[in-house]
Amino acid sequence: MKVSAIITLKKDVLDPQGKVIHQTLDGMGFKDVNEVRQGKYFEIDVKENDPKKAQKIVEDMCNKLLANLVIENYKIIEIQ
Amino acid sequence: MKSAVITFPGSNCDRDMHVALNKFGFKNQMVWHNDNELPKSDLVVLPGGFSYGDYLRCGSMASKSKIMQSVINFAKSGGLVMGICNGFQILVESGLVPGVLLRNKYLEFICKNVFVKIDNKDNPYFKNLDKDVFEFHIAHNEGNYFCTNDQLKEMQDNNQVAIYYCNDNGKIEEKFNPNGSLKNIAGIFNKEKNVLGMMPHPERMIDKSLSGEDGSLFFKNLINNIR
Repeated sequence: MKVSAIITLKKDVLDPQGKVIHQTLDGMGFKDVNEVRQGKYFEIDVKENDPKKAQKIVEDMCNKLLANLVIENYKIIEIQ
Repeated sequence: MKSAVITFPGSNCDRDMHVALNKFGFKNQMVWHNDNELPKSDLVVLPGGFSYGDYLRCGSMASKSKIMQSVINFAKSGGLVMGICNGFQILVESGLVPGVLLRNKYLEFICKNVFVKIDNKDNPYFKNLDKDVFEFHIAHNEGNYFCTNDQLKEMQDNNQVAIYYCNDNGKIEEKFNPNGSLKNIAGIFNKEKNVLGMMPHPERMIDKSLSGEDGSLFFKNLINNIR
């Protein structure tokens, strides 16, 4: 199954890259932006046909490697 | 006194550290990241560099490499483990010291000399040093130390902040903070103070004609403390 996960910085953590992207968008004329936060996206093809088990495996990966829970949250957004 | 420097793929300060340790009396051995066992050592050093190309998060991949289980066991049994720069990033990713190192606040790679103040000398690294302010070199893109409020309080209660960025007089102010680190933190200990992680490179300050000698003071003192 293919499991998709996104990893985002927690709300209180400074995201300087997101800030610069915001400023650049602003300079390009996109004036309606409140805030930009940058994150990561993973697509992981696991050898498991049960969606619940596949989700569990990727959650385990997020907890142990893909995300640093001090500063980041993860969310499984799609399993197919 | 025996030391071991771990080389990860992408480490680039490992040989500098090897030279520094040998210069001040350690008998250093280089250890490859894919080895399982640490040689018998009084000190283990995780050097600076760009392990695994800084992929995913700096230090994240290296913290899961084979040798790290032995390093973690060594640290948990009271052994001295020091992580410099990328080594500090590997220490936070392995959970040996709290917090995390984020991208520098102003998104620039910083390469310059800074002054740091040693706050607490009740530990094997800084005990007996006869001054508090040291000039060291920093070279990093992700040195912006961050931790939760609870972690910060716990560290302050246990005197775990090792060094702060400051000016040449030891004044700790935001304007002397090069990278946005929380409270100007440049280095921290674990609770037991046998694990030290810091962004500055003492191994780059061991030659008067090249840079300065504050690193020499640090290493000379360190080996005397371990003896």
